[in-house]
Amino acid sequence: MAGKPKLHYFNGRGRMESIRWLLAAAGVEFEEKFIETPEDWDKLRSDGHLMFQQVPMVEMDGMKMVQTRAILNYIASKYNLYGKDIKEKALIDMYTEGIADLSEMIIVLPLCPPDQKEAKIALIKERTTDRYLPVFEKVLKSHGQDYLVGNRLSKADIHLVELLYYVEEIDPSLLANFPLLKALKTRVSNLPTVKKFLQPGSQRKPPIDEKSLEQAKKIFRMK
Amino acid sequence: MATKPKLFYFRGRGRMESIRWLLAAAGVEFEEEFIETTEQYEKLLKDGRLLFGQVPMVEIDGMVLTQTRAILSYLAAKYDLYGKDLKETVRINMYTDGTLDLMLMIAVAAFKPPAEKEESLALVVKRAKTRYFPVFEKILKDHGEDFLVGNKFSWADIQLLEAILMVEELDASVLSEFPLLKAFKTRISNIPTIKKFLQPGSQRKPPPDSHYVEVVKSVLHF
Repeated sequence: MAGKPKLHYFNGRGRMESIRWLLAAAGVEFEEKFIETPEDWDKLRSDGHLMFQQVPMVEMDGMKMVQTRAILNYIASKYNLYGKDIKEKALIDMYTEGIADLSEMIIVLPLCPPDQKEAKIALIKERTTDRYLPVFEKVLKSHGQDYLVGNRLSKADIHLVELLYYVEEIDPSLLANFPLLKALKTRVSNLPTVKKFLQPGSQRKPPIDEKSLEQAKKIFRMK
Repeated sequence: MATKPKLFYFRGRGRMESIRWLLAAAGVEFEEEFIETTEQYEKLLKDGRLLFGQVPMVEIDGMVLTQTRAILSYLAAKYDLYGKDLKETVRINMYTDGTLDLMLMIAVAAFKPPAEKEESLALVVKRAKTRYFPVFEKILKDHGEDFLVGNKFSWADIQLLEAILMVEELDASVLSEFPLLKAFKTRISNIPTIKKFLQPGSQRKPPPDSHYVEVVKSVLHF
């Protein structure tokens, strides 16, 4: 009997959050082992469990998987969230990579020096409304279907909706001119598995606060 | 009759080089349109062919694909270089994500001011020697096979060779502690399609020089 997937990361969003979202949306129960001290981090690495000395790491199906994209793609393939053929998969990948580029800017924002933060936030907002959201609004408008690719839920929809929540956290007005994206967000949020994940008490992580950021920096020995 | 894939990028390695390697290794002939002026770039944007306003872009099989990894994954799957099942695919993805990270560090270093550039490239060599190459040496040692995954030539092998050659350009002795990687390098370089691509006159691009950096900066306005 296969055990539940086990996620190794610190107790925060970072690069693991999209994996939590995807597993949750796929209805897969998972466990988490949080890295809480520098010693935890040292042990994980010295035990040889991290291929490139990095997390996220997910133990699943007898493997210790690393590299966020590799992990996400495995989960999506296994749970049928990756389109029906390689052409649909290419579209899903293309959309996912765009979403990942914007998400990356948001993920690293807490690490930004205070004097650069305002400029970074302004750039995020600009990219959101000028480069990324218009693309996805247009995709939905062009085919009029409920989901981005192949008229079926895929990892692209889940990653996009996750991103829309982060965009809303930064500034809800950013979504104002994107009615189809708002509808997608509502639709996906109402899927039973996602709805459950959005409830308080789920394994979804909150935005990082000062205290957690300081702790994370200590664990990973960052200045 | 299928048309050849067409690559749109600057005349240099950057983020397109891994795509060139994969196509060449798969024995697929391709065309290239080199972006040399702002006007060319703006036309691509205006024509709506760059989904997020960026290159690389590849026209293939009736699609206009952007995003390096999306393109690479499509090609790997299409040309049967992506493993025989999901578990092999995830290993290939883990290995290529690692080597691609390393090569992108080299690609972005070209655009940094001299002191930072030196520091970045020194870090690349260090990462190669301590983080990446030991992993691949061990993988080859543990299974004793000729290729990284599933005893069969895959995208992971192509990308590792590409990464090895790029890091050797920075430090010729980088493989000195890795005998299996040395043998791997020779073996994969001798695969006929790759041997051809390694010859002068192929579509393989040289390391970035100041002219390349200038062109990219002027076209992309930074």
